[in-house]
Amino acid sequence: MPLLEVKNLSKSFGGLHAVRDVSFAVEQGMIKGVIGPNGAGKTTLFNCIAGSLQPAAGSAVLFDGGPIHRLPPHAVARKGIARTFQTIKLFAHMTVLENVMVGCHLQSRGSLMAGMLKLPYTWKEERTVRAAALELLDKMGILSLADHDAAHLAFGQQRAVEFARALALKPRLLLLDEPASGLNIHETALVGGLIRRIRDSGVTVLIVEHDMSLIMSISDELMVLCFGQKIAEGKPRDIQRDPEVIRVYLGEESCSA
Amino acid sequence: MRQAIPFCVFAALAIAVQMITALTGTDYFLTQITMSGWYALVVMGLCMLMGYAGQISIGHAAFFAIGGYTAAVLTTMNLLPCKNGAFVKLLSGMGMTIAGTNSWGTDILYLSPWLSLIAAVLISVFTAWIIGIPVLRLKGHYLAMATLGFGTIIYRIALGTPLFGGADGLSDVPPFRLFAGLVIDGSRTHRLAGYYCAMAMILVVIVMLSNLVNSRAGRALRAIHGNEEAAQAMGIDTARYKLNLFVLSAVIAAIAGVFMTHYNGGIGPAEAGVMKSIRYVAIVAVGGMANLWGTLVAGMVLNFLSLRGYFGSFDDAVFGAVLILMMVFAPNGILVKRRKRQ
Repeated sequence: MPLLEVKNLSKSFGGLHAVRDVSFAVEQGMIKGVIGPNGAGKTTLFNCIAGSLQPAAGSAVLFDGGPIHRLPPHAVARKGIARTFQTIKLFAHMTVLENVMVGCHLQSRGSLMAGMLKLPYTWKEERTVRAAALELLDKMGILSLADHDAAHLAFGQQRAVEFARALALKPRLLLLDEPASGLNIHETALVGGLIRRIRDSGVTVLIVEHDMSLIMSISDELMVLCFGQKIAEGKPRDIQRDPEVIRVYLGEESCSA
Repeated sequence: MRQAIPFCVFAALAIAVQMITALTGTDYFLTQITMSGWYALVVMGLCMLMGYAGQISIGHAAFFAIGGYTAAVLTTMNLLPCKNGAFVKLLSGMGMTIAGTNSWGTDILYLSPWLSLIAAVLISVFTAWIIGIPVLRLKGHYLAMATLGFGTIIYRIALGTPLFGGADGLSDVPPFRLFAGLVIDGSRTHRLAGYYCAMAMILVVIVMLSNLVNSRAGRALRAIHGNEEAAQAMGIDTARYKLNLFVLSAVIAAIAGVFMTHYNGGIGPAEAGVMKSIRYVAIVAVGGMANLWGTLVAGMVLNFLSLRGYFGSFDDAVFGAVLILMMVFAPNGILVKRRKRQ
């Protein structure tokens, strides 16, 4: 059974069909890439999976066999799906460490009342969460930034914090929305290696990306969207040769590449 | 233990202020400081809601008034005529009624202020819950307008209902005997008790709210302020967190209202007014929005000056002007805590 199964997903805004009747599956342990021209509906598709948008009637999103397409975002996260955003969305006025500790929200349970009264069980929980967050920062190579205000970091560092925060959820499926946008070649290569390591650690990845060299090299499987519809799906090298994909998206020159 | 230092400083300062007023024969100042203290409770709760969680409320005076009016109505209701009723008998049996005389010398039997305090908390929880569910779905200006509308409704209810005394409000509210010697009323003999009770409650509230800021729930609330969509993606049920905090801040305001009403011996509709709500917002802004200590200081100082009459007939105008100046020159507050940057 695939980990994520999207069936006949449609979403329109007014008269515009952002996503139309898209079906696909993501097998456990793979990196699945989604590519397509601007406005192809990639981010809309992501938001429908993550629960920030409600897909049209008749659509279905199954995670681990159970429907999640009627769930609000926080309930989708609870199922084990973490995400990053196309435009980085860190928590301003909070330190890098605190940002990642928020990612541990579901790994802890201290309530509003427990927090106010500093109940003994929250002490241990705080220590565990702090240690877990520091470990993630260390893994991402940004441990030295722990006490910095997240909003004041360089762009690439903010991406790293967003990755650490998403991984703090200990997700089974990670949704990455253009993780390399705005990064230089060196940073993009680092992100590629990081995503592979994430996959190898057992997390399934669904990624939207415009950087062709990155997505072609890391994806186990690709899907191509165009004007909200799926026009191709398969191994990266088959997609590169698909005449329809070349015509609408890749262009002739990348065919020879 | 380092975190405990500011709280100890506050406690020492509270004692020092009392001793200085005693030594200089200016202990009449304590009355206004005490009242500022009750108001400071409201703004600290609002600071949590506005500054940390980013949810504005221009209707918090309503919750203060709900607390105050609940206390006033329940403790001035004369139960003597129905003292043989089963319910009143039951309450009396539990020691939940108090016999006394009102200011006209009539014998009365009234409900224990403890009972009315519980009622005030329950009513404020219920009201905040009912209002919060639809209103907290809104953001920014829309939330501000909706809470303003709620505040206006409560004000009109206070002003237009005979039970609440109309424009005169309610008076003759009996003292609140907390423990043996600790009595909350406006008399000179209990001035010290009232003062220390207010300072103790401030200390309890600021300790609890400071704990909250750096707890799991506090981080969730600050994350909602930082970016609500990302907070949801972290698995935070943002609607529930916002509602719970809204209810918490309403309860703090209501409790402050109860104590203020016993302290003043009454309450009037001005306490529910929009001008009061705007004043609370202005104080949080001066305090630095996300700064509990700044809000406490701003709340104590500005309310004290206002209550001593230093602003004369420009009282509300001063708070309006403060709000304009804050927004234009220092939207992040004057007393902003410098964030550590290595």
